[in-house]
This record gives sequence, C-alpha cells and structure tokens, in this order.
Amino acid sequence: MTTAHTPRSEFLNGARDTLPMVVGAIPFGIIFGVVASAPTQGGLSIMATLAMSLFVFAGSSQFIGAQLFGTGAPVLVIVLTTFVVNLRHALYSITLGPHVKHLSQRWLLPLAFWLTDETFAVVVNRYNQADDSPHKHWYQLGSSVLMYTNWFACTLVGVAVGSALPDARALGLDFAMVVTFIGIVVGNLKTRPLVLAAVVAGAVALLTNTFDHKLGLLVAALAGVAAGVWAESVTAPALAVQDAVSEAQS
Amino acid sequence: MSGIETLVIGGMALVTFMIRYPLLALVGRWTMPPLVARALKYIPVAVLTAIIAPATLYPSTPALQWPYLLAAAAAALTMWRTHNLLLTIGVGMGVLFAAQLGVRALGG
Repeated sequence: MTTAHTPRSEFLNGARDTLPMVVGAIPFGIIFGVVASAPTQGGLSIMATLAMSLFVFAGSSQFIGAQLFGTGAPVLVIVLTTFVVNLRHALYSITLGPHVKHLSQRWLLPLAFWLTDETFAVVVNRYNQADDSPHKHWYQLGSSVLMYTNWFACTLVGVAVGSALPDARALGLDFAMVVTFIGIVVGNLKTRPLVLAAVVAGAVALLTNTFDHKLGLLVAALAGVAAGVWAESVTAPALAVQDAVSEAQS
Repeated sequence: MSGIETLVIGGMALVTFMIRYPLLALVGRWTMPPLVARALKYIPVAVLTAIIAPATLYPSTPALQWPYLLAAAAAALTMWRTHNLLLTIGVGMGVLFAAQLGVRALGG
C-alpha cells in the first residue's frame, strides 16, 4: 500500500480482497444452479436459471424467486418478495453514494447493478481508508467483476450437474432450498425479537396458506417483521438500561 | 425461456436494480426512515420462515411428510450446534434421502 495506486493496482487489489467472499459463494452458486434448474415439474428452465444469475444477480432473492416460481406463485408476488428481500441493498447504496458521487453514469450504472452484500462488505473498507487515491472505484470494479463472473460460472456448473440428474423431485431435491433457508434462519436467530419474528412469520404462513396467489407469504412476512420491530421497541429500552447499570457498576 | 419466466426475471431484475441504483446516484438527498432501517434486519428471517413452514408441513406429496419433517429438524439442529451452513445442507439432504428410503422400505 506504499506504492502509488493505479487503476490497474486498485482493480487487482479489489479482486484479491474479494477472494474469500468468492470462495464462500462458490458452493451456493452451484447449489442454486442445481436446484433452480433441476428437472422438477414447474421449476425454472435452464435458460431462465442462467438468466436470473445474469440479470438479477442477488443470491438470496434468486433462491427465493426460484422456490416461489416452483410452487406456482404469481409474478407479482415473486417480484414484491424480491423487492422486500433486497431492500437492504438500499443501505449499501446510501453508504457508498458519497464516495462515488464524482463518477459518471457510465460508472454508476454497472457499480450499482453489481452491488452485492459481499462487494459492499469488502469495498466499504477501501473507501474508508484515509489515502486520497482517485481510483478507489476501480477497486470496487475489481471486486464486482470477480463476484459476477464467479456467480455466473458457478450457476453454469450447477445447471450442468442438475440437468444430469434423472428425476430431481423423486430425490426430494426441491427441498434442498428449504433446507438452505432453515440454515440461514437458524444462523440468524441471535436475539429474542428475531426469534419472535420467525415464530410469528411461520405461524401466520401456516394459517394463510390457503390464501389465493400465495399472498399469505407476504402477509406472513409483514407480520413477522412487525412482531420483530415491536419486540425490539419493547425490549431494547430495558436492555439499554441494563447496559447503563452494568457499566456504572464496573 | 417461457413468457412467464421472462416476466419473473425481468421484474426481479428491475426492482433489484431500482433499489441499488437511485440511492447510489442521489447522494445524500434521501435517508432511510428509521423504522424501515430497523425493519430491515427482520426481513430475511421473516420471509424465509414464511416459506419454510408451509413447504415443510404441507408437502405436495403425502409420502414426503416424514422425510421433510426429519430433514428440517436435522438441519435446524445442525445449524444450531455448528453454525456451518454447508454442513447443515449436507446433513439435511442426507437425512432426507435416508428417510425417503426408510419410507419406501416401510411401503409408505
């Protein structure tokens, strides 16, 4: 970091620092390709699976979109759910905005399209470093291009594997996405409001399962989010007081 | 690619881009309402559980009921104990296949 930063060095550093994230994304890109395109009745076609990785490029919402498509959810419900699930990216854009405001649309359009959880996590550190390199956006470009090509290549591998499987539904492979979701949820249950959000969303989803057009999903998700926010507002002030007390005591 | 697939992917691509792009370009002219910002961290857990619960408890094929329940329980337990997502998927699918063989052996 002592040498002058060139666009080329920034690009390569961005790609290099994103490597751990890429390694983490590889199995999920392959799993997405396998389960999204596996020859199950009602599942996505191979072209659609590849197109999703190419044009949507947002891992978790791709899993959810493929899962919902497979269960026959209407387009509007899938798109609305995608919006809700990807809303967190708005926080990334708000955070990075001041660092890229001097750039032209030619830069902003692709950088925005490629803004994933992984690239954000890596590049926010680079932007916050004190040096005044005028090429920090090349760092983001390096990170983005590597994540994107890797995600598409992994989807391609997964699609190839999936199409070689004879009858994925008979193997229960369409349940692989649900198993993945269970892992994500359990890994996220770090506070009581989060547990409550999960319990309420699950219960409401079961109660509203008969709703037309899979609208029960959105009702259940909103109920879960509301329960979590409510529980946080009830418990957080108490926790804050506890912290203050234990701090005063230490 | 069917027409409905084009609509789904086009719609998903559009809303995702419209979340990512405008706020990157409209620097500092919009801040997120605090309530929305607080709600964000509950969205993944709520949406995913709303998909998991009916998919696990109301399978399309009745013969899959027990395999689904056992696989879901095994996956939840594995993640809880290990916090390893790949291991969780492996154990969950392993239990699913084993339970399906068991159901078939019992003539289910």
